[in-house]
Amino acid sequence: MSAPSIVTDRMTRHPSDSHTLERYLETGGYQALAKALEMAPDEVTGEVKAANLRGRGGAGFPCGLKWSFLAPSKPAYVVVNGDESEPGTFKDRQLMERDPHQMLEGTIITSYANGANHAFIYIRGEYPRSARRVQQAVEDAYAAGYLGSDILGSGFDLEVTVHLGAGAYICGEETGLLNSLEGRRGEPRLKPPYYPAAKGLYMQPTIVNNVETLANVPWIIENGGEAFAAIGPDGSRGTRLFSISGHVRRPGNYELVMGLTWRELIYEVAGGIPGDRALKCWIPGGASAPWFVPDDHLDLPVTLDDTAKAGSMLGSGAVVIMDETTCTVRATERLVRFFAHESCGQCTPCREGCSWLERILRRIEEGAGREVDVDMLLDISDNISPGLAWPPRMTTICPLGPSAVSPILAITSYFKDELMAHIHQGGCPFD
Amino acid sequence: MVEIRSPSVRRGWSESARARASEIVGQYPEPRSAVMPLLYLAMAEEGYLTDNGMREVASLVGLTPAQVRAVASFYTMYKRDDPGRYLISCCTSISCMLLGSDEVLRAIEDESDVTAGETDPEELISVEHVECIGACGGAPAVTVNYELIEGMTAESARELVRWLRTARPEAIVGAECQELFGGRRSFDWGPFDRDSALGPYPAFGPLGTVSGPAEDQDG
Repeated sequence: MSAPSIVTDRMTRHPSDSHTLERYLETGGYQALAKALEMAPDEVTGEVKAANLRGRGGAGFPCGLKWSFLAPSKPAYVVVNGDESEPGTFKDRQLMERDPHQMLEGTIITSYANGANHAFIYIRGEYPRSARRVQQAVEDAYAAGYLGSDILGSGFDLEVTVHLGAGAYICGEETGLLNSLEGRRGEPRLKPPYYPAAKGLYMQPTIVNNVETLANVPWIIENGGEAFAAIGPDGSRGTRLFSISGHVRRPGNYELVMGLTWRELIYEVAGGIPGDRALKCWIPGGASAPWFVPDDHLDLPVTLDDTAKAGSMLGSGAVVIMDETTCTVRATERLVRFFAHESCGQCTPCREGCSWLERILRRIEEGAGREVDVDMLLDISDNISPGLAWPPRMTTICPLGPSAVSPILAITSYFKDELMAHIHQGGCPFD
Repeated sequence: MVEIRSPSVRRGWSESARARASEIVGQYPEPRSAVMPLLYLAMAEEGYLTDNGMREVASLVGLTPAQVRAVASFYTMYKRDDPGRYLISCCTSISCMLLGSDEVLRAIEDESDVTAGETDPEELISVEHVECIGACGGAPAVTVNYELIEGMTAESARELVRWLRTARPEAIVGAECQELFGGRRSFDWGPFDRDSALGPYPAFGPLGTVSGPAEDQDG
């Protein structure tokens, strides 16, 4: 696969100093900003719309469309979501550590397009190296005149503040993030009315974009939206960073053009499974995504739309591979534990439901499960996510609770025998 | 502003912390937004988040101490119990679990004689298990004072604990720990990064918690 490399090009060619301003400038950095500043703000938005760039954070919302929803009142803000914490995901960390100026240039262009004079970069607290490199990039950009007043003589002003999270997954949800940035508990806000584009940070119009999404913006401005839209299949334009982990020979982040099959992604890109063991299942898009299994999904194209049609999502781009030695009950317990731990506690179905699911799964894994537990898992899941539909029907303010149901669906449909074996044997058959 | 009478003697922050605090508040359109960075600054001042620290933060941003406590209690990285000098956080989420994180955690607990969630009597080492830390390509992974080490094994985890016990480094240099104890990384980290963590809170310059290159410290 000869993939055009958009966001990882610089770090691949200059591994020793891709994060420095000197290297960034030497490789064409901040030229897209200069070009954008000579365009009208809505022309910039127009290019991003033409690119069909869809958000890389999880929901896959069209980026240019999001920008066009911004309410006109001032001040407006731009917020960079670098609170990457979906289990299995480590791509934004690489973008922030290895090429912080690229993301920053995208942030400045986005702020210009949306008339924002203050941008915030929210980085998860467990990423201090990302925060240090981004902070250094911000300081260097100020010193070189890419931030501050009258940027490159354009009359456009922008201040940037780097903000560190403190260990709460829910702050990756955009309205939870905004509460956190306001110095509050990171509890998501109800939408409507609190759509960030209308009532965001300090109740002002706000654009919240993921790190990888913004890292694509300089390339789009430099090469034009049409050039970006010419890459990859319809609905999944451009490239995408996949974080591949679990039972594969070559885990890591891979920038790929979408449209390849899962078989190619697992066996060619990631090198297949160590010891040539059999593939059991995989998570196609982060812990929140329903699982895929070889019989049904191995030859499906890896695109946003094909994945959605098959009942899951590409989400944050995290692919977690599990081979035949994996106990799926244990894997499910681990995933559900995550959501139980990270539930913010606002909504009863999520707060209570996730921890009940966790306790029942632990009981089954530890050998004290009963047959009725399977029905209880499904019943509780149905209370969190009515009808167990995909995409979930919501009884909660945000999608965290329904996310915990995804692995439950997998073990009760694809791996019911394994679940029952735990119950009948009074223990884990893999121990 | 509500005046708080405290039964304990109120320890004031250092001049440099106060200066940094007003810089931090000045970075935001509304002072309340500075609560999170100020809570880290409070931890850097006193080693963990004390009632005193939360009162200081409250007075800096015009909130009540109860409001600040409500925020602090939402986030796992604001430690309200005195942790050890070295906080070892072992990821046991899905990708790390698939590659043996439970054995790594058991080795850390066994070698340090500290159960996850606890601190040793000497207040040298705290151990916790944490949810995904974004190091899945280098699983299993741990952090020491939030400095990442990827590609751990049960044996390297034991060596890490023994090293902390005996060498007792002043500051944790993440890149050095990776070289000493780590293995496969999620990606090439780039050049050796001498920034180091001075305590069990993230090493991030504006919060006053990063030590620079060793040669600068000497100068």
